[in-house]
Amino acid sequence: MDIQAAKYIGAGLATIAFVGSGVGIGVVFGNYISGALRNPGAAQTQYTNLLLGFALCEAQGLFGLMIALILMFT
Amino acid sequence: MAANPMEQFEIKPLIPIQLGGYDVSFTNQSMWMVIVVGALSLFFVLATWRRSLVPSRAQSMTELSYEFVAGMLNMTAGEEGLKFFPFIFTIFFFVAGSNFFGLIPGSFTVTSQIAVTFALTAVIILTVIITGFIKHGIRFLKLFVPKAPIAMLPLLVPLEIISFCTRPMSLSVRLFANMLAGHTMLKVMAGFVIALGGAGGILSVASIAPMALIVAVTALEILVAFLQAYVFAILSCIYLSEALHLHDH
Repeated sequence: MDIQAAKYIGAGLATIAFVGSGVGIGVVFGNYISGALRNPGAAQTQYTNLLLGFALCEAQGLFGLMIALILMFT
Repeated sequence: MAANPMEQFEIKPLIPIQLGGYDVSFTNQSMWMVIVVGALSLFFVLATWRRSLVPSRAQSMTELSYEFVAGMLNMTAGEEGLKFFPFIFTIFFFVAGSNFFGLIPGSFTVTSQIAVTFALTAVIILTVIITGFIKHGIRFLKLFVPKAPIAMLPLLVPLEIISFCTRPMSLSVRLFANMLAGHTMLKVMAGFVIALGGAGGILSVASIAPMALIVAVTALEILVAFLQAYVFAILSCIYLSEALHLHDH
């Protein structure tokens, strides 16, 4: 197989990382909302942790993007 | 064919300077860093120039930002962490400023360069390590030994060390990749608008759909720009807090 073609296939495969990132973000926000509906008083205090969890999940997907970019442009 | 979406991240030398065999040119990136730092300093100096008990609009914005960062630091690192307030405040506003300035069409996003974010992260991690060793001496290494049964330690200590060593990478790559992905997405969608608009007839009218999408994504990017600056600052606070308190808090 041509090396360039293999790189493009690899870059496409690397974007599968976003599956995990999407599941993670869904879990973070879903659990936050179900927790907030049970105890709305405590919801505001956990807002920082919500954003932190969201950013950490999103970053995992972006590592996959970075690998895709490395494969595409090197 | 639309322009390459990666073209916006190209670094172009504005004033070429060679120093001892190294290329230290004044680039468009340096220019935007100067603009960001200049604009932020100018705002904070002017807003607090004439202080009054009943604050003006600019002064209350400055006070709000002070209280925001001080509250964040107090919440994560406690009273002791407030010694690092100027450091965290500078980092937060530099990152937030560069993210927001990058959203101006035609500008350059400073934080979309891994060189910039990694340099910021290196400063943070070095501060954490030096603070830990000054405060605790060699006991700082207890950071790698969690409270656990002795039998688990051979497994946990290497994990803690790996997690500590990957922090600089994850902190810098998170900010850089978020900015890069967002701006690339905007440019790709702008390419759709141009391609559809140039097609003629009913397709030109349809180009309004990707245009509306760009507006929505730009709004999302404004949220992401703030959120990433916030996450960057709060993770620095958490790392500092670990160095200050080790595991006992």
